[in-house]
Amino acid sequence: MEKLLMGRAWVFGDDVDTDLIIPARRLVSGDESVLGRYCMEDADPEFAARVSPGDIIVAGENFGCGSSREHAPLAIRGAGCSCVIASSFARIFFRNAINTGLPIFECPEAAASAREGDEIEVDPAAGVIVNRRSGGTYPVAPFPPFLQELVRRGGLAPYVREELARRRQA
Amino acid sequence: MGRTMASAIIASHSASEAREGEICKVRVDFAFANDITTPPAAASFAEMGAERVFDRERCAVLPDHFTPNRDIASAEQAKRGREFALSQGMLYWEVGRVGVEHAFLPESGYILPGDVVVGADSHTCTGGALGAFATGMGSTDLAAAWALGETWLKVPPTIRVRFEGERPQWITGKDMILSLLGRIGVQGARYMALEFAGDALASLPVDDRFTIANMAVEAGAKAGLFPPDDAALSYAKSRAKRPFEPVWPDKDAPYLRTEVFDVGAMSPVAALPHSPDNVRPVRECGSPRIDQVFIGSCTNGRLEDIAAAARIMKGRRVADGVRCIVIPASYEVYNRAMDLGYLRVFTDAGAVVCTPTCGPCLGGHTGVLAAGERCVSTSNRNFTGRMGSPKSEVILASPLTAAASAIAGRLTDPRDVEA
Ligand code: SF4
Repeated sequence: MEKLLMGRAWVFGDDVDTDLIIPARRLVSGDESVLGRYCMEDADPEFAARVSPGDIIVAGENFGCGSSREHAPLAIRGAGCSCVIASSFARIFFRNAINTGLPIFECPEAAASAREGDEIEVDPAAGVIVNRRSGGTYPVAPFPPFLQELVRRGGLAPYVREELARRRQA
Repeated sequence: MGRTMASAIIASHSASEAREGEICKVRVDFAFANDITTPPAAASFAEMGAERVFDRERCAVLPDHFTPNRDIASAEQAKRGREFALSQGMLYWEVGRVGVEHAFLPESGYILPGDVVVGADSHTCTGGALGAFATGMGSTDLAAAWALGETWLKVPPTIRVRFEGERPQWITGKDMILSLLGRIGVQGARYMALEFAGDALASLPVDDRFTIANMAVEAGAKAGLFPPDDAALSYAKSRAKRPFEPVWPDKDAPYLRTEVFDVGAMSPVAALPHSPDNVRPVRECGSPRIDQVFIGSCTNGRLEDIAAAARIMKGRRVADGVRCIVIPASYEVYNRAMDLGYLRVFTDAGAVVCTPTCGPCLGGHTGVLAAGERCVSTSNRNFTGRMGSPKSEVILASPLTAAASAIAGRLTDPRDVEA
């Protein structure tokens, strides 16, 4: 989580829904590399073929609205993207991204200023997004403490594992 | 200061104060997943080192999306979910005894007033119709709830929605929730709860409240809550599988704001492609031609919905060149619809009647759309590609409007057929 994330921006609009991220008809696999092949296919059929490892999805408000499918963050990871930057995220997608270890950054200024193909760099530890084309630097607000704790422990699964161990001892 | 319904239910399930904005650990009364979301949940459950679900009577797997299985991949997926459920000894119902999860669970008394319910499906919010704080999550969150009997929730602020006035007979719960979506948009209640009130609710059938609560998530809401009244309580009491404690909001609860609707002045409305908030009165949509009608889903596959569609279809024929697919959302609904003669009304009209399943709602099977086709559907989402080809179109409407449209072969206001 703490290493620098770098890649080209793929810019989408507001309300990118989970059917666009990964269509329901593809939900017969939970394997992220399989899902990655169909990532964004109804928005841009070329996306999965042309995206390079590390590339970044940049979107407007309410990214990930729609269904509860955890396949959506998995498909984005499977396609090779390093993170998603958006003006805002839909609630379930936000939880799913944290739980599955897809880095996400809520930053309306960085999202609004990005153009297709921009080189973008994110420093998660410092909480800074840099747009290399424009030179713009954008701070990202940190997560609330409980979520930072989840991220620090490596997601929800390690957290539950520790909690179960604690209960067994008790 | 008083509490909203959301904050009151969370407080009753948590050791913390549960004031708005606070992240709380919350006890869970019921947790479930479906054929798509169970396999990843089972994998997370194993990764968590969990051995047993926290309570076998409060954890459930429901195969409803691609079932009866449409192909080999979906059969393998359903099999993994079945094997997990049977190995845990948790609640599981086979095809033929289940139904679309959000119709089946409340009608079978598993989701009750005052509950905290989590489901690995976004339309879990449907349970809000009975006064449960019910919310959708992903598979990993659900696995954590199965393992711990607990989840974390951020206490949401609440928008109050008042439906006032006398409801005309052609206005359904679907028209009410679509009208709200048209006004506040798909982001209108993001990270918030909706709480419903107003004198129009007293006479609103419980089935229609399920429709309204179901689409709370289409406004981005975490939950859509109806404070339980006598109708909701007697519905729950007659079905409850366990004791429950209803919760109500305080009179001085702090609401973010209130949206007021005069139901008496509403017209039947539809959501045009490709967003549930692209809402217009049906009579102002230009009567587009249609290829298919779907009446069913967790939004509108209940008995009131099937009865409403049958009322319009009785003695009429589905227009030539149009396919009309009717899918009761559960076997209770299916059997009642059979006893009451509704299913025969549909087949006499030239419609298809299928076994309970999500089916075409998510472009799964039993009614997938080809490129260039247009469907009027009683379901809840009309995103690009939702019911099949990314070049197809879905229009969302009530069962009355859907049935009227099937007969006319065009998007049609039910008042124009009943005349
Ligand atoms: S009927 Fe549609 S919206 Fe409801 S659970 Fe099934 S797929 Fe989801």
